[in-house]
Amino acid sequence: MFRFLRVNMATKACVFEDVPQEYAGLGGRALTSTIVAREVPPTCTPLGPHNKLVFAPGLLGATNSPNSNRLSVGCKSPLTDGIKESNAGGQPGGHLAKLGILAIIVEEMAAEGEWWQLEIDKDSARLVPCELGGLNNFAAVEKLVEKFGKECSYITIGRAGEFKLTAASIACTDRELRPMRHAGRGGVGAVMGSKGLKAIVVNPAAGSNHPLEDEKAFREASKRFAKALTTHPICGTGLAEYGTAVLVNILHEAGGLPTANFTVGQFDGHEGVSGEKLNALTKERGGEGSVAHGCMSGCIIRCSGLLADKKGKFQSKWPEYETLWAFGPHSGIDDLDAISRYDYMCDDIGVDTIDVGVAVGVAMAGGAIPYGDTKAVLRVMEEISEGTPLGRVIGCGTATTGRVFGVRRVPCVKGQSLPAYDPRAVKGVGVTYATTPMGADHTAGYAVATNILNSGGKLDPLSPKGQVELSRNLQIATASVDSVGLCLFTAFALLDNPDALAAVVDMLNAKFGWKLTGDDVVTLGQRVLSTEVDFNRRAGITIAADRLPDFFIDEKLPPHNTTFDIPEEELHQTFNWIEEKK
Amino acid sequence: MRLHIKLSTTLRDYVSGYEPERGLHLEVPEGMTVGELARHIGLPLEEIKIVMVNGRHSEADDAMRDGDRVAFFPAVGGG
Repeated sequence: MFRFLRVNMATKACVFEDVPQEYAGLGGRALTSTIVAREVPPTCTPLGPHNKLVFAPGLLGATNSPNSNRLSVGCKSPLTDGIKESNAGGQPGGHLAKLGILAIIVEEMAAEGEWWQLEIDKDSARLVPCELGGLNNFAAVEKLVEKFGKECSYITIGRAGEFKLTAASIACTDRELRPMRHAGRGGVGAVMGSKGLKAIVVNPAAGSNHPLEDEKAFREASKRFAKALTTHPICGTGLAEYGTAVLVNILHEAGGLPTANFTVGQFDGHEGVSGEKLNALTKERGGEGSVAHGCMSGCIIRCSGLLADKKGKFQSKWPEYETLWAFGPHSGIDDLDAISRYDYMCDDIGVDTIDVGVAVGVAMAGGAIPYGDTKAVLRVMEEISEGTPLGRVIGCGTATTGRVFGVRRVPCVKGQSLPAYDPRAVKGVGVTYATTPMGADHTAGYAVATNILNSGGKLDPLSPKGQVELSRNLQIATASVDSVGLCLFTAFALLDNPDALAAVVDMLNAKFGWKLTGDDVVTLGQRVLSTEVDFNRRAGITIAADRLPDFFIDEKLPPHNTTFDIPEEELHQTFNWIEEKK
Repeated sequence: MRLHIKLSTTLRDYVSGYEPERGLHLEVPEGMTVGELARHIGLPLEEIKIVMVNGRHSEADDAMRDGDRVAFFPAVGGG
């Protein structure tokens, strides 16, 4: 029942393959990273024929486990030049799993200027010329739904992906067929564009949940996991009521909300872009807005509310905290509706809200856009879709934008922009930014939980002590969570409730007939990270790249007036089980 | 001593008329602790997960000083 689907964009061959033994027991990020590490030459041109784009649902995809239908997307990143795994919610992950497809491997390239769509049903797949070239995600999906119906799910790129901009994302449709759940980071959409692949149609009809070795044990473990989520104050109610935007006020309070391109850690207009405001506005406007909305089947956390406009019509999903921050405090904007529109445009054009939002603030620092000017930002966003030179610069993300406008403070690691926590005031996540093989990425090891949120223990965010160990443990755990297909927000329950992790291990054992323990989860995470670091080394990215830009080390961040003071020798101990070749 | 108090999400429901932008400005006895302040304004202690005084994490027994900014949070998280 379980197979790989290999798609050759040059010959148009779509072939189902048996899963080779060496990939047994891998899913999600573990599978995409292992396939990329084995099949992609690390020194290849990311937007060339030797790169491959891999899609993989997680190990618990197509089961009754809550929150387990994430889809991992892997390749060599055109943004970082290293290995990339970016994962998304929405429906395609669960649908692919139901079809028994453990991975889609897209290789080679179509002829320049051609667009193709990949249509996948139970037991068949084909590449068909695609007439949607030039359309952004919402219009493209609307046309696909007209033809293929509401039961399918869709994976698409917008014009940013067609232009091969290095911050281009890949969109997955949610339960209401909106292309709003994105594999956002690392320019995976540019890789899809480079292949000439505009869309993937996944028809789950005749698909089924995966067989379980021990149905009763699975059911019991799944119930325990659901209980651990629903009884946890963050997973059970907090995220549904306030979304991830709830972080705005607490990061402001902690002095770690990067403002005006990382020059101060607090933003005067924080209340106006907070989760509390989003909740109040959504209730006040009513209409098509909604507090508590799940992006994929089986989600019981429901963090992705919907915001209506002043007339009650759907405006966009609730912007994530990172989106609110990048277009908000970072860019001097406190207008929630303006930010919501940028968020919609990012989803439509198909770009990473973090790398593009941070690029906007960096362009402001470089004098290319007036600071805090909402209309100027709107125009720039339109220009990404139009493909003007300025639009392409911003659409290539923060590193490119900083270079073009001669900006000294460019908040990137390995070419990827920092998210919404200043590493001088939240030092644990600074370790993650510096060391993760993905380039700066909070989700790779979310030390904010322990530094700021008192989840998974407490560790002073302003002290360098213990941060490397914290980041190490979280990066290992996250690599496992990403491989299981779980939404990362389950991690709050996993960190605080020992039975949550036990329940996940029990589900894996009951599904596959394994005898894993908690230690095996650690081993899996370490193995994934080792594979990714090794790819980067072979790509020419050395351990010297595991550092933050100078200004975080040189300049004090108000209000705490701290610097990032964890020495490089210590940072280089993060993956202390990996032996670096001299 | 005078304190500036900020409340997050559900904790706002316990203080009628709470204004998010302004917060609370209160005159309280010298040496009051964080826990005593929470009780004083009617916050259930079991719902408070995080307290910050001037941007630093604090505990229920910590005493405050004149002019301090105190922020109370229930369990919150995102990413």
